[in-house]
Amino acid sequence: MDNLGELLHGFGIAITLPHLALMVIGVLLGILVGVLPGLGAPNGVSLLLPLTFGMQPVSAIILLSSMYWGALFGGSVTSILFNIPGEPSSVATTFDGYPMARDGRPTTALATAFGSAAFGALIGVILITFLASWVAQVALAFGPAEYFAVYFLAFASFVGMGGAAPIKTVVALAIGFAIAAIGIDTVSGSVRLTMGVDELVKGVNFVVAVMGLFGIGELLVAVEEEFHARAVSSKIEWREVFRAVGRLPRHSVALLRSAAIGCWMGITPGGPTAASFMSYGIARRFSRRGRYFGTGEVEGIISPETADHAAGTSALLPMLSLGIPGSATAAVMMGGLMIWGLNPGPMLFVDQKDFVWGMIASMYVGNIVAVVLVLLTVPVFAALMRIPFVIIAPLIVIICVVGAYSVSNSYLDVVMMLGFGIVGYLFKKLFYPLAPLVLAIVIGDKAEDAFRQSMLMSKGSLGIFFANKLVTCLIVAGIVLLLLPLVLQLARLLRKPAPSIHETTVQNTARETAREKVII
Amino acid sequence: MGRTSTLLLSAAAIVLAGTMPALSAWQPQKPIEFVATAGPGGGTDNLARAVQNIITKHKLVEQPIVVVNKGGGSGAEGYVYGKASAGDPYKVIFGTSNAWQQPLVSKVAFNYTDLTAIAAMAQDEFLLWVKQDAPYKTAGDYLKAAASGEFKMGGAQSKDTDEVLTRMIEKAGHIKLTYIPFKSGAETAVQLAGGHLDSHVNNPSESLGQWRGGTQRPLCVFSPKRLPQGAKVTATEGWGDVPTCVEQGLDIKQYEQPRTVWLPGKVTPDQAAFYVDLMKKVQATPDWKDYIEKTSQVDTFLTGAELDKFIKEDLEHVKQVAGEQGWLVK
Repeated sequence: MDNLGELLHGFGIAITLPHLALMVIGVLLGILVGVLPGLGAPNGVSLLLPLTFGMQPVSAIILLSSMYWGALFGGSVTSILFNIPGEPSSVATTFDGYPMARDGRPTTALATAFGSAAFGALIGVILITFLASWVAQVALAFGPAEYFAVYFLAFASFVGMGGAAPIKTVVALAIGFAIAAIGIDTVSGSVRLTMGVDELVKGVNFVVAVMGLFGIGELLVAVEEEFHARAVSSKIEWREVFRAVGRLPRHSVALLRSAAIGCWMGITPGGPTAASFMSYGIARRFSRRGRYFGTGEVEGIISPETADHAAGTSALLPMLSLGIPGSATAAVMMGGLMIWGLNPGPMLFVDQKDFVWGMIASMYVGNIVAVVLVLLTVPVFAALMRIPFVIIAPLIVIICVVGAYSVSNSYLDVVMMLGFGIVGYLFKKLFYPLAPLVLAIVIGDKAEDAFRQSMLMSKGSLGIFFANKLVTCLIVAGIVLLLLPLVLQLARLLRKPAPSIHETTVQNTARETAREKVII
Repeated sequence: MGRTSTLLLSAAAIVLAGTMPALSAWQPQKPIEFVATAGPGGGTDNLARAVQNIITKHKLVEQPIVVVNKGGGSGAEGYVYGKASAGDPYKVIFGTSNAWQQPLVSKVAFNYTDLTAIAAMAQDEFLLWVKQDAPYKTAGDYLKAAASGEFKMGGAQSKDTDEVLTRMIEKAGHIKLTYIPFKSGAETAVQLAGGHLDSHVNNPSESLGQWRGGTQRPLCVFSPKRLPQGAKVTATEGWGDVPTCVEQGLDIKQYEQPRTVWLPGKVTPDQAAFYVDLMKKVQATPDWKDYIEKTSQVDTFLTGAELDKFIKEDLEHVKQVAGEQGWLVK
């Protein structure tokens, strides 16, 4: 337990008055940039970066990472209250968080989200503390083929979920892939799908797409359907905050499963976005109340939030030990490390013990500070829901327009955002699912790069996806998840004559499926 | 919170520093935007932020400076933005040699002639890296091994500096390599550490941590003479101990990547002169030396006719390689 001694030493560094003050400042700033869509953690951290040049590296990283925690929490606020995800990784939180908030339970939704997020982060830090050296080795095993397998798994866990017809899911995925392909292609270096618009060479930014699809799209639907919608009457109830957090242990299976998915994706490094989507998809399939997902289910909030934060936290480990950033924010912080004169890589743990363990200890303390602060703000944020729709609607438009513009100071982004708003509205009206579209926009190009890199390596042979145990397991798991809905349907068809099967629970059906597959 | 008050004080000082004597005919009258043609955290971004930091710290300009990242399309986003801002002396674009290389090989809507070249401020060196436990000890061994089997060479981006160098190695060493493009040098380094590649040609700073950590080592440097000794990187070796590729029988004398600074097109000579002067002042500070040393780059300063000559020569060379590979688009 060498690590434990180091950690205690780290706590000695982290728990000092100036550092605690830095954490509070960082977290508050983070909540602010997280709540304002379009700003987001990566931008917030890069804005703050120059201020840290004069600091001790360990103080600087404490400030920046606290801001990261704050932003991760803050990003969930707008997802839940206004259906505008501030970060790619909080998209999945909107699926159940927003319906629950609209249903008059914003306090419950926010408290549940924050509580499970804190749990995820905690598991992530514990993992970093004890498995640092082992984890570093796992990440090294990931070549292009393994990356593709992870992305494939994320897609597979999502296809077939949701009430939408499978063909509509595929259409949404395909449109998402096309949007992800816009801009310069990594593998060939050529410009694709810019349709004569020079500026499109930069590609479509996620924030622009999501603010249109979710924020504006939802607004259009709301304007049409509930023009006379009154504000949701939500009482400011402190007790509900604690009650919601207190109820979390009842969902321990979902919590643990999501934390495991999150840690795995953070280390490998599939990233928090893929983790939250995958966790939501899997929870939907295996939860007893899976069929109610999308209407404001507690586990529909717990699953993506826990996985998001577990992945976000453990993503810092590959950054420290290998110099691969697991997320955009980690990439900015890594730039900071270099400027402070530290070189991320395996030697950091040997050369810079104070820095590494001070930072890890600050992750424990920083997360506790963050969750306390953020829970205190719940009633304030929940109160926003009482503002009448006629006032909040223009505000949402303003937030979306400013957010889209601030991504790269470009009017084209604002126009595109509004265009995506119309797409989002049409998708809703025609019952096309938005989630696969967003997932494909976010990780579609990464999956494509990984696939084509693998093909270059194997000279076009698909055998590379079955070349070792790791990649084979991932691909097989993906295929199983992909075929599961199909097999389930088949099973249902075959069993139709037997009426007793109709009322079996999801778990039973899953077991049936396993047997069914053996038969097939 | 002494630190915060110091920061606030220095911020106030910047705002109030209106007493600087006019050093050149033109002076900026409003905030200046530094455009990094790369995402946050990369080498180009680090340069822009380091220059911003030095200018602010030494109060070289009385106007505030903000850094924005426009790294979409392998940097094309930033250059296109520069082209669209013609005549605006408040946008300074930080890039690399891809300002003139990218338009050759891909249909991007800019050319380096749309911009005003200010300076090339630092040269990044290239080295040939292999996995730590690879059997070959010299570039000669590497070429021999690569001749038999087919080696996988990784690099950042496609048809960019890394791939151009790879094709040069193929030609000089009479071998054939499979080039696999990744998003960045850092990603490539990790792939080599994991044994998914046989080699790559990263800049020193991109693989420094990995070399120290014992996951990969440099075989040779693509430079006419060995690098300055500097501090030891591993227990026994420093940059100066890496032999040149020519020494080891891989006949590529020099391959470097300049970090470049541009203004939009159609700015006045006065305005360009102001920034040339500013960058010279930045380079004279101890903080710049520190930055150069920490990122293991070579300090150079090319401007005016010298820079023009450098660009033209590099362009000719890349055109030749790109032509042989069939990459040229126009």
